[in-house]
Amino acid sequence: MKFNRLTAVLGLSCALAFSACAANEGGGAAAPSGEGGSSMSGRLQGTGASSQKVVQENWVAEFQTANPDVTITYSPEGSGAGREAFMGGGADFAGSDRAFTADENQPGAFGKCTADSIALDLPVYISPIAVIFNVDGVDSLKLNAETLAGIFKRDITRWDDAKIAALNPDAKLPSANITAVHRSDDSGTTENFTDYLHQVAGNVWDKAAGGEWAYPGGEAAKGTSGVVAAVTNGVNTIGYADASQTKDLKKVEIGEGDTFVGPSEEAAAQVVENSPQVPGRSEHDLALNLDRKAEGYPIVLVSYAIVCQSYKDAATAELVKSYVGYMASEQGQQVAMEKAGAAPLSAMLSEKVKAAIDSVA
Amino acid sequence: MSTAVTTPQEASANSLIAGQLPKYTPWATLLVSLGIAAGLLNSVGHFSITAVALSGIALFLVGMFALSSAVEGIRKAKDRLARQMVSLFFLVALIPLISLIAGVAVRGSERLDGKFFSYSMRNIVGEGGGAIHAVYGTLIITGIATLVSVPIGMLSAIFLVEYGRNGRLARSITFFVDVMTGIPSIVAGLFAYTVFSILFGPGTKTGLAGAAALSVLMIPTVVRSTEEMLRLVSNDLRESAYALGVPKWRTVLKVVLPTSIAGIITGMILAIARVIGETAPLLVTAGLTSSLNTNPINGPMTTLPVFVYYSYVTPGIPQEPYYARAWAGALTLILIVMGLNLIGRLVAWRFAPKSR
Amino acid sequence: MSTTTQPSTGTAGGGSGDDHHEIIHSSKRFGERLFTQLTKGSGIGILVILAAVATFLVGLSIPALTADVKDLPYGNFWSYVAPFAFGTVWAAALAMVMAVPVSLGIALFISHYAPKRMAQTLGYIIDLLAAVPSVVFGLWGINTLAPAVRPLFLWLNENLGWIPLFSGAVSGTGRTVLTAAIVLAVMVLPIITAITREVFLQTPRLHEEASLALGATKWEMIRQAVIPFGMPGIISASMLGLGRALGETMAVAMVLSPDDVINFRVLTSQNPNTIASNIALSFPEAYGLGVNQLIATGLVLFIITLAVNMTARWVIARRSEFSGAN
Repeated sequence: MKFNRLTAVLGLSCALAFSACAANEGGGAAAPSGEGGSSMSGRLQGTGASSQKVVQENWVAEFQTANPDVTITYSPEGSGAGREAFMGGGADFAGSDRAFTADENQPGAFGKCTADSIALDLPVYISPIAVIFNVDGVDSLKLNAETLAGIFKRDITRWDDAKIAALNPDAKLPSANITAVHRSDDSGTTENFTDYLHQVAGNVWDKAAGGEWAYPGGEAAKGTSGVVAAVTNGVNTIGYADASQTKDLKKVEIGEGDTFVGPSEEAAAQVVENSPQVPGRSEHDLALNLDRKAEGYPIVLVSYAIVCQSYKDAATAELVKSYVGYMASEQGQQVAMEKAGAAPLSAMLSEKVKAAIDSVA
Repeated sequence: MSTAVTTPQEASANSLIAGQLPKYTPWATLLVSLGIAAGLLNSVGHFSITAVALSGIALFLVGMFALSSAVEGIRKAKDRLARQMVSLFFLVALIPLISLIAGVAVRGSERLDGKFFSYSMRNIVGEGGGAIHAVYGTLIITGIATLVSVPIGMLSAIFLVEYGRNGRLARSITFFVDVMTGIPSIVAGLFAYTVFSILFGPGTKTGLAGAAALSVLMIPTVVRSTEEMLRLVSNDLRESAYALGVPKWRTVLKVVLPTSIAGIITGMILAIARVIGETAPLLVTAGLTSSLNTNPINGPMTTLPVFVYYSYVTPGIPQEPYYARAWAGALTLILIVMGLNLIGRLVAWRFAPKSR
Repeated sequence: MSTTTQPSTGTAGGGSGDDHHEIIHSSKRFGERLFTQLTKGSGIGILVILAAVATFLVGLSIPALTADVKDLPYGNFWSYVAPFAFGTVWAAALAMVMAVPVSLGIALFISHYAPKRMAQTLGYIIDLLAAVPSVVFGLWGINTLAPAVRPLFLWLNENLGWIPLFSGAVSGTGRTVLTAAIVLAVMVLPIITAITREVFLQTPRLHEEASLALGATKWEMIRQAVIPFGMPGIISASMLGLGRALGETMAVAMVLSPDDVINFRVLTSQNPNTIASNIALSFPEAYGLGVNQLIATGLVLFIITLAVNMTARWVIARRSEFSGAN
């Protein structure tokens, strides 16, 4: 009698547990098989960059809808964690904001690959990084690399500084301190942003590019969402963040001389198309050397899918080929553009990625 | 011997010899202080509600203390001051509490619908979808962690209080339990991840690994709170039981534990609440998946905090449905703990001895 | 007067009912032995788990401590970890300074001042706060608290700027170490409150009534009967809270605007980061020796907690010599 209520509660929760199901998960039978019976099944584990989380989510949804028996999980633990997991054999493919270096990419270094296989770095996700600002009374802002570097290095500390005014003769710049917000976490976004500053304005930004912020001072916030929140909630702020997450904010137009461009997909794609491959790599290892001085919007993040040249397990290889192939396909890139604000791969690059995927075994 | 609890009667101490302020004095003083503060600040030009409230309250405390010590004597004045400070602290604590809970409740209720509890996120982007996979993940992982930590923690606490007798073993356990409270959650996660990688192959992500990480975090809280509650049980009770010839272990189970059950359960709920909201260690150990997985030993499992974190930090486009789901997830988590709390209180009330 | 008897802690906890009080039947002895071994086993189990964690920490830290500085992605380990170690202790200390008095106030309010029914509801609501995930605390910190405290920060800086604590340029977003400490304080509040409340409620009524009967005011009664009785509990609860404050990861990582500095200014953008938060910020992108280096910072946090606990234990031990307890 004493336990009546307790058992009732336990019984109820058990009943719930046995009927565990989600209304949208019917398994193979219930799901509409769009392409008329895909025979693929299995599980794929990806780990890596959080910048790819949104696009992977969309790709996974599309791919799983077409292949109902496949379950793909992408764990957005970070590029470093993704590369470590891929090396250790904890992930079937990795997402990373930078390619493996030539030193790291040695045969036998990767858990899921055969002993003689290297890893292939395949660019699949190109995302413009927007420089966002929140200054009362200022709606548009043009900056060049040197001024931007000065602001983030805190050489330029006032909004009405002559250098900013010279680039924006029409703006009503307030006489106020600049709060420049950078990422507090180690990130590919920071690495690409500082790479741009270092490449184009090396005389001001004299430290090499890196994921960790190199100069002291300034305001820091965690992740894209943290920077966006800090810029939005703060006063007279400026920051940088993945363009897809900044739609309600005012964005700086970047350029040199008198051509300034905002962070659009097309302008970002242009820069990537004009950038050369890292020399001396294996044919299908498509690591890029981004040329920030090329025409287009120069602050771009290129994120890679990293796969084995040859997998120990043939079934995994099949799944990876098919899934990564989908990422690089026109359809996949279209999804990335619409749902994740990415810039599409150029036709040439896309061909190379497809050829590389075909070579995976 | 009483274990039930009532607030002691109001001490109407020595009103015989000292004067007493009329009942309305505190309120009157409060009004006057606020008025003075508003006036002063206005004349300086710093007028704002917060500033008036802060300085008004400070004035009130000082004024009340002076008034009371003049009329009623210093002891009474201190008593009043203590009462006012305690109430003030309470009110101060209510501000963040209300701001937080109300914020979560308002934003969370928007998506707290049937679909949220019947859909997972498999193949869903943008609108719709739900968090049933995360609800199950949370319940399963926290459940396993609780099943592991509570017995270990409670038995250890019993050992410390009833059997250890301040011996070397007991002292070192007490000490190291304190140390354990300081393990950063991410380290616990990495530890569990490494252990499971060694045992079950690299990169293993399972609910069980998540539960292991949470257990490491949970055990010290359980031990600490249980220990504290057991120590509070009066020795008279134990001795009475021994005198009746009850063996020690039955005394512990039948007398000591029931007496302190309310406190022990509070401690357990705290311990569960402490770990149920963990994000970082669970991402490393249990991973993230958008599909429902109820098998703790195979495949990754999403929990609510991880779901909330990633919905908020890396939303898709448009962002609103992701934010709405994140808040709904946070609200769900709070509701789950609320439910646990209720069940806990029910159990405590069932098992605690009734004395009055 | 102040030496109200306290139930014996430690040694005498049940010890006064010595073994020869027990009536010896073989079955009872079996039960007794089984139960004793079970409790002892659990205790040892905890030590084993902790030893495993420690082995893991030390084992993975060694490469970072022994490697050549040139190979370390974050540079010299000790100069890398110093600001974080400082920040951890600093933020936790600020949080505890705010949280402990307020928690005690709330616990007392609930246990001795509020009417019983109201007290139960209030206790329940405070417990709820313990359930809020740290992510939500983080979001609350950035979106609500930071903008709200910024005017206060400006005021402090203008009027009390001569105190080094409040000097420097006020952060443009309000996301300073003080804000982070407030968030931490709110996070540990329910932990400390819940335990101290239970402890206060357990104060023997005889002690309380004896004190009141001698003519003490309520506050005097609390000082004489409730606080001394609850002291070990208060300290335990504070240690639990401190453990949480030292190790809290996500909320600090989201709220704080960190920099590589050691300073005591609480209103600027340049704040020392905490170890746990730094791990969360750097771990996702760490690789190779960087991972080892970050785990080594985890070891340092572990050691800091150890040191703090040892100090606290030592203080309690000294106190209990003259507290007249036992």
